[in-house]
Amino acid sequence: MKNSSRRGFMGKAFGAVAGVGAVAALYAMKKTWDPLPSVKAAGFTTLDMSAYKENELVTEKWRGKPIFVLKYTPDMMAQLTEKQKERTITIGDADYMVTLGLCTHLGCIPSYNADEKGFLCACHGGTYDFTGDVTKLPPPRGLDIPPFKIDGNTLVLGEVGPEYTKMKETGITL
Amino acid sequence: MAHFEKATSVHDWLNQRLGIDTVRRVMATEYWIPKNINFLWAMGMVLAITFALLLVSGIFLLMYYQPNVATAFDSVNYTIMTEVEFGWLWRHIHGVAASVVFLIIYIHMFTGIYYGSYKKGREMIWISGMLLFVTFSAEAFSGYMLPWGQMSYWAGMVITNLFAGGSLHADGLVEWIRGDYVPAQAFLTRFFMLHVLLLPLAILGLIGLHFGALRIPHVNNQDGEEIDFEAEAAKYKAGDKAGSKVIAFVNDFLSKDMMVVAIYLIFFFYLVFYHYNFAMDPVNFDPADGLKTPAHIYPEWYFLWSYEILRPFSTDIGLIAFAFAQVIFVLLPFLDRSPNAVPASRRGFFQIWFWLMLIDMIVLTAMGKLPPEGIFSTIGLYAALAFIGLWIALPIITMFEKKA
Amino acid sequence: MKELLILVVVTIFTLATYYLVEPFAHSQMHKHVESEHFAYSDLPELTKTGDAARGAELVMGAGACLGCHGMEVAGMPAPMDAVTAAASYGVNPPDLSNAGAVYDAKFLAELIKNPAHALMVEHKFDMEKGQMHPMVAFYGAGGDLDQEVADMVAYLQSIAVKPEELTPAIAYETACGRCHANRYDEWTQIGTTPKFKYEKEDLAFQIKVLEYQDSLVKYMGTLPPDLSIYIRSRGEHYIETFMENPQNYLKGTAMPRVGVNKHAAEQVIEYLKDSGDAKRHEREEVAKYVMIFMVIFAIFAILWKKQVWRDLH
Repeated sequence: MKNSSRRGFMGKAFGAVAGVGAVAALYAMKKTWDPLPSVKAAGFTTLDMSAYKENELVTEKWRGKPIFVLKYTPDMMAQLTEKQKERTITIGDADYMVTLGLCTHLGCIPSYNADEKGFLCACHGGTYDFTGDVTKLPPPRGLDIPPFKIDGNTLVLGEVGPEYTKMKETGITL
Repeated sequence: MAHFEKATSVHDWLNQRLGIDTVRRVMATEYWIPKNINFLWAMGMVLAITFALLLVSGIFLLMYYQPNVATAFDSVNYTIMTEVEFGWLWRHIHGVAASVVFLIIYIHMFTGIYYGSYKKGREMIWISGMLLFVTFSAEAFSGYMLPWGQMSYWAGMVITNLFAGGSLHADGLVEWIRGDYVPAQAFLTRFFMLHVLLLPLAILGLIGLHFGALRIPHVNNQDGEEIDFEAEAAKYKAGDKAGSKVIAFVNDFLSKDMMVVAIYLIFFFYLVFYHYNFAMDPVNFDPADGLKTPAHIYPEWYFLWSYEILRPFSTDIGLIAFAFAQVIFVLLPFLDRSPNAVPASRRGFFQIWFWLMLIDMIVLTAMGKLPPEGIFSTIGLYAALAFIGLWIALPIITMFEKKA
Repeated sequence: MKELLILVVVTIFTLATYYLVEPFAHSQMHKHVESEHFAYSDLPELTKTGDAARGAELVMGAGACLGCHGMEVAGMPAPMDAVTAAASYGVNPPDLSNAGAVYDAKFLAELIKNPAHALMVEHKFDMEKGQMHPMVAFYGAGGDLDQEVADMVAYLQSIAVKPEELTPAIAYETACGRCHANRYDEWTQIGTTPKFKYEKEDLAFQIKVLEYQDSLVKYMGTLPPDLSIYIRSRGEHYIETFMENPQNYLKGTAMPRVGVNKHAAEQVIEYLKDSGDAKRHEREEVAKYVMIFMVIFAIFAILWKKQVWRDLH
């Protein structure tokens, strides 16, 4: 059954208007899926750097993920290579490693051995040194560094400071 | 293995496998509807659209609602209403649609009663429609529990108490229904299950039955005329569309449906944005408190007529009257003893019966909302008695109806 | 024509049902209370012009206000923390920094001279029966009592924020917040809930709130409700006339007359709208677009129908 061309036009025009409404409705639906303001606001964690002890790994939380904070001993600070220095965060006169506590291979949480000053991921045997750099495969890269901003003696995770921007530029972290 | 040809197009490919051309003819372009109808015939489509609005808005509410007695209220009134983008919109649409759908259901129902669309082969359409009314009622009631406000709690308390059966004292049954001594966590979660899964499935199934029941008897018309659909369809297909007494569902009936729906949606969205307190009663914006009954409890407006039949009598009589009111409409095709399937205007006393029934339902509705005191309870009592009287009178007056 | 008649009949029955079930029924269930627009006509007019400097001396000195009340803006913290004060007096004496901006001048004057009378709680604190209101009345410092009180009120008004600076939050916290929590704005009776790192600190704060609430229940007889969503459960008119005089709706209630002036009342209502109807502005915006779209949609639907039905009539 063929529609007359006039009727066909009006029907298509009505369909088009309905389509505009459908698109608007889809837009509202997409927005309804968005993370809630309270979730986005909770995306910042403040760390009080005066609370950490040397060579004692502390696991904090940021955006639901574990964060490794390790304060270096003077020995550790002395033996840092250039590459390792790029991964190091200096606050005051102390150096720290602050990374996501997730193996960059497939996301398990590595464990820290303070005597050997290194991380081992039990899932597939990957290892990292105390700065978070990869020392044995399979992890494809060192532990990721979260966006951070230094504010006096505190670190705010989730905000971006100049030190983090530099780290991203050198490619030391994704 | 059936024989398949190489397809000439995407359309042909689908047609060979799914018979889409036949489906299109049978369900749309050659589904014949009488031409002699008015806008009330569009109420079915209006209901379908409103149900779709309920389904879609419900899906987005479901993403954030928490069926836990401690967090339900705030998950709706804080998270959904203030945090979720457009959450307020889905909530308003859902609440207003839940109320307006019953207005359309009653208009649709009374249209069927007026034009005799429940008789002469159309009994299953009526019965499946009444079953839909019951399931929609259960869906509305279960949904009303979910915000866990004062009205949710106390309506839940009162309605489940009905099942104690007055003098039967079936308290065990009431506790079984609730899953607890009072409406609490078990009660909320099971009504959540009913509202979100079981009842919507039942409704979808019944809609299928309702549409299926329509096919053989065909849609009725304004004059109750018995149409030879084969002959009229042939006229239409031969090109005499103006002379034919039938129209095709697509695009003829559909375009008129859409016109009515579009005008309805202006009214609907006006309510959603500007005038919604009738659908979202302020009392339910107090969190549920099992130790404090609100000064005025009342069901949603569409249950008021039924509630008012329960109230004026002593407990046991009231429960019997209430049960009577729930089932009596289903029996309409069998209580109407006249063979005339024509509009009420041509059915003598039935016409009077119709208008009296309609007015009585409205009086019952109004009295059901008012406090049961003084003149209101008196009017309510007489209206309830009139309701029962009208149904008893129906077989009698229709038995003596002249053949139209 | 027939269709028009049918539409009219359906509309009439629908509107009749709506009228009976909504406006009529609600008018029968709830009596309407006229607003007196915060005139406080039962209180005497102020006859004297106050001098803020003299008022300052009185407030700091003979008035003995600071014995119980803090005045942060003048550098005077409260003598006790909120929880201890509530346990001692039953109620937490409010900080007076913004009293001058939030409360009506006539009300303040009467409050200083006769607290139970101004607050309309004489049914609870009957002097004859020796039931003393925790706030001691001021009997004067030796001069003209009305002049002295006018001076004190003038001083309070001088240290408070200007009307244009009175935010909804300040108005609510000053006038209502000591008794009414507002969880949607994270307001407890002892202040905004802080963000804690450790669960222990979080629980410790919650315990303090509960202890304060216990004192409040002992003093008031019941816990004043959380007002988060009251703008929707009670409505603007109810809240306005309730604030003017709680006895309008709850005879014998322990809730004192608040004594807010008209401007502060408007700010309180705005605060309640922010907590209970936060998306109202967006709703009005979106409404305009949706209504315009629905009209265009209807026009196209009508045009399509007319085209389709041209061959059918």
